[in-house]
Amino acid sequence: MTAPMPISLQVNGERVDTHVLPRLNLADFLREHLHLTGTHVGCEHGVCGACTVRVNNEIVRACLMLAVQTHGASVQTIEGLSDSGEVADLQAAFRDRNALQCGYCTPGMLMAAQDLLRQQAEPDREQIREHLSGNYCRCTGYQAIVDAVETTARSRREHK
Amino acid sequence: MTTKPAHREILSVLDRPNSYIGKTVPRPNLDRLLQGRGLYVSDVELPRMAHVVFLRSPHAHARIIGIDASAANQSPGTIAVVTGKQLAAVITPWVGVLSHLKGLKSAPQSAIAIDRVCWQGEAVAAVVATSRAGAEDAAEHVTVEYQELEPVTDMRTALDPKIPVIHPVLGDNLAFERNHDAGHVDQAFAESDEVVETEFIFGRHTGVTLEPRAVVADWNAAEARLTIYQGTQAPHMVQNIAALHLGLQEQQVRVVCKDVGGSFGIKVHIYADEMATYALSKLLRRPIKFVADRVESFNTDIHARDHRCMGKIGVQHDGTIKAFEIDDLTGIGPYSMYPRTSAIEANQIVNLVGGPYVTKNYRARARVVLQNKNVMCQYRAVGHPIACSVTEGLVDLAAMKIGMDPVEIRRRNLIADDAYPCASPSGLRFEKLSHHASLDKLLGMMDYQRLRAEQAELRKANIHRGIGIATFIEVTNPSAAFYGVGGARISSQDGVAVRLDAQGSVICQTSITEQGQGSESLTAQIVGSVLGVSMELVRVILGDTDNTPYGGGTWASRGAGIGGEAALQAAKALRKNILDVAAAILQSTAAELDIVNNSVVDADDGTPRIELKELARIVYFRPDTLPPGIQPELMATRHFVPREYPFAFTNGVQASWLELDAQTGFIKLLKHWVVEDCGTIINAQLVDEQIRGGVVQGLGAALFEKCIYDERGQLTNANMADYLVPMAAEMPDIDVGHVVSPTAETELGAKGAGEAGTAGAAAAVVNAVNDALRPFGAVVTEIPLTPQVILTALARI
Repeated sequence: MTAPMPISLQVNGERVDTHVLPRLNLADFLREHLHLTGTHVGCEHGVCGACTVRVNNEIVRACLMLAVQTHGASVQTIEGLSDSGEVADLQAAFRDRNALQCGYCTPGMLMAAQDLLRQQAEPDREQIREHLSGNYCRCTGYQAIVDAVETTARSRREHK
Repeated sequence: MTTKPAHREILSVLDRPNSYIGKTVPRPNLDRLLQGRGLYVSDVELPRMAHVVFLRSPHAHARIIGIDASAANQSPGTIAVVTGKQLAAVITPWVGVLSHLKGLKSAPQSAIAIDRVCWQGEAVAAVVATSRAGAEDAAEHVTVEYQELEPVTDMRTALDPKIPVIHPVLGDNLAFERNHDAGHVDQAFAESDEVVETEFIFGRHTGVTLEPRAVVADWNAAEARLTIYQGTQAPHMVQNIAALHLGLQEQQVRVVCKDVGGSFGIKVHIYADEMATYALSKLLRRPIKFVADRVESFNTDIHARDHRCMGKIGVQHDGTIKAFEIDDLTGIGPYSMYPRTSAIEANQIVNLVGGPYVTKNYRARARVVLQNKNVMCQYRAVGHPIACSVTEGLVDLAAMKIGMDPVEIRRRNLIADDAYPCASPSGLRFEKLSHHASLDKLLGMMDYQRLRAEQAELRKANIHRGIGIATFIEVTNPSAAFYGVGGARISSQDGVAVRLDAQGSVICQTSITEQGQGSESLTAQIVGSVLGVSMELVRVILGDTDNTPYGGGTWASRGAGIGGEAALQAAKALRKNILDVAAAILQSTAAELDIVNNSVVDADDGTPRIELKELARIVYFRPDTLPPGIQPELMATRHFVPREYPFAFTNGVQASWLELDAQTGFIKLLKHWVVEDCGTIINAQLVDEQIRGGVVQGLGAALFEKCIYDERGQLTNANMADYLVPMAAEMPDIDVGHVVSPTAETELGAKGAGEAGTAGAAAAVVNAVNDALRPFGAVVTEIPLTPQVILTALARI
C-alpha cells in the first residue's frame, strides 16, 4: 500500500480530486499540495496545535491525520474561515488585543477558539484556558488570547 | 514680524499634536498573520528548490570511521549525499571567540562534522533530495560507522585531570574563566551578623520557537549571488558570516527575513546546519531548503542556563547587606557558539549579581566548561534569570535568617532613586533607575498587606500559599561594548531611511527586524508622530539586506531604543526637508509651518496650507514650477548608536502569589505582578505583552522546562510531549505596571522591554515557594520546581 491513492474531498468549499501517497499527512497535503500555508507545522507529533484544522466540523491536528482519511470529508482551514468571514470578529479581537506576536500559533489558536465559541456561548476564563490548553503559544503568555476570546464571546451574545 | 516660539523645533515628538507615542494602537499588517497569509521561511518555495535533511550523530562523542552513501544515492529523488569533508571545499570552519572575553577559547567547528562528532545531534552528512520526505527516506540508507569515545557530560567533573579533554589542542575543558573582586569582601563577611551560603541549581532549557529554524539558500551562479531566506533576528550579521565563510563579498549575499515564527534569541545565532545549507546551495547550484523537525530543534537549537552557582550573603541584624559572593559553573557544550560566543551568559551573571543593591563588596568567579552536549548560548534575558535568582534568593534567605520581611530588607538596601548616576560593584553604570518607586507601585497593585493577612488566615486551614518578590535590572540598548569591541562584525548601530512618496504616503526602511515584538508598529508610530502623518500611510520595510540601511537587528532589547531613535531622527530630518519645500511653494518660512494630519499647516493657528500629497505631486511631477535653485530631498536617512552609556539599564520588580500542595508537590500559580521601567513607552499594549510573554517564559523555566540528559550525553526528552512548556491552563493572569524614567541619551528616551519579564519571573516564584514552605522549615534553590524537587525538600521522598 505505497502507491498513490485517489481522494476526493471538499477543502474550504472547493472540490479537490487528486492522488496522494498513503503516508502523506493532512498538514503536508494542505501545505505542499494545495499551498494552503496558513496551516502551520510546529511539532509534527500532535502536541503543539499549530496545524489545527476542521474536518467535518470537528477540529483535528492535521499532522496526526492522513490525507487519505479525508476522502469524502469537508476540510476547513484558516484561509476558508477567513474568506467566509466566520471568524472575522474573533480575528478583530485578536488584533485589537495584540493576542498574537509571531503569529505562528494563531491560525490553530483561532480554530480552537472558534470551536469553543461554537459549543459554548458563555465560557469563563478558566474554560477558555482549558479549551486552548492543547495549543502552544510561546510569545504571548496566553492572557491576551484569553481576553480576546472572552471579548468575542461577550460581543456575540450581545449581538444575537 | 512675530517671533516664532523658539521651543517648537526642540519640542519633543512626545508632545506633538496627534502623537502616537504612548498610545495603544494595533500593529500594522496583523491581518496577514490572522488570516494565515504570512510568509514564514517554511512556506517559501522556489523553482528547482531541493530539500536537505541532516543525518545526525546518535552518539555524544564518537570518531567517524566511515560513511557509506551508496544505497542512499539510489533512493528515489536523491540529488546528493554530502559529507563534511566534501562540504569543506566550499565553506571554511569557524571559532567562536571574542577578544574582549579574555582567555575565551574554543575549537574550529565545521558545517558538517569531519572525523569526529562532539554532541548527540551534530550533523554527519547532508542528504539532498527533491522532497523532504524523499531526503528522509534516503537518510535511512546512509550507513555511518562510529567508534564511540568517552563523553564529558557532568560539568562538575569536566575539569578533573582524569576526564578526557574534548579538544586536545585546547589543553583542557575550561573555555573561559572570569574573576571579579570589589570592595572588601572578606572583611565584610567577617563583620556580618549572619552569613548565609547555599547552592543554586538551574535546569538547562531551550527556546522552543513554535516555527523551527528554517533556511532557504539560493545560490544563483549566473549572478554570483546568494540569497538567504532565513528567520533571523540579525540579517546583516548573517550576511557577513555567510560571505566570510563562503569566500564571497558581502554584496554577493542578500538576506531576506519575512515572518518569523518565534525567536527569543534562538534565531540570533548562526548554526552549523544553516551554514551547511548555504554551502550546499553553492555546491549544488540550486535553491536548498532546510526546515528542522522538532527532534532536531531540541538537539540543535541553542540551550541555555545550565548553571550551578554557589552564593553567599552577609547581613546585619538591622537588615544591612554587607557583601555578596558567587562561584558560578556552567557547561556550554563542545563549542563556543558563533559569532556571539557562549561566554556571555556567565559573564553577565558576574556583571549582574547584587546589581540592584547598595553594597560595594562583591566577589565572583565564573567558569565555563566544555562538554559533549548540545551547545549553549544566548537566550532571552541572557544571564539575568540566574543572576536575579541567586541575588534575590540570597536576599530572601538573609531576611529569613534575621527575621525580617522580604519587602523591608529590600527597602533598606536597594539603591536610592535619587542616587543616580552611579555604578554597581561590578562596574556597571546606571543612568537612572527607580527601584523604590517600582517596589512601592508593586506593593500597591498586589495589596501586599491584605495578601499577607490572607496567607496567614489560610495557613490555619492548612492551605499553603506563598508570596515571592524579586527585584531585577536588565541590560538594554547595548552599544558596541557588547560585541563590536571584541571583534565581532555585529553592528550596534541601526539606520532608518524615510521618504515621502508621490501620493503623500511614507516609506520607511529600518535595519531592526520583526519577530512579533512590534518593531514595525513602533517604527510607524514614531515616524507618523514626528512627520504629522497618519500611521496607516506609513509603510515599514524591514528584514532585507538589499533594502534596508545597515544595522544590528532586533535582540538584547535594542529595537525600540536604538532603531526607534534612528527612526525619530530620520523623520525629523525628512520633516525639515518637507517644510523647506513647503516654504518655497507657499512663499513662507519653514519656521512658520508645521505638518499635522497629512497636511502642511500654519504653525500658529493650524490653518491648512497644502496637503502632503499635493506637495509630493509638485515635487515629483511638476518640479518645473518650483522656484529656481530648489532641489527637494523627500528622503532622509539617519543612524543611531548609544555612545555615553555602554548599556541602558532598566529595572523592575516582580511578585508571585501561588499555592503549594505539600502532599503532591504541585504548585498552582495564582497571580503574578510586574512593575518595570523601560523609560519612554511607545505603545503601552506592546510593552505589556512583551512583559507578559517574557514572564511566562520565565515561569516555564521555574516550573517545567529542562533538557534532561543522561550520563552518556543522550537528550532523553527531545520532543514536545516530554519537554514541558507553559500552556494556557497553568498560567496565571499577569498584572503589569510602569514607572517611567526615560534615558537622556536619546530624544526618544526609550529603553528595552523585551527581556525584563523573563529576568525576574523564576526568582519571584522560587521565593514564593520558599515562603509557602516556611512552616515546614524547608528551602528549595533548584529549578525547575518539579514535584520531585518540592517533595525532596519536604523529605517526603
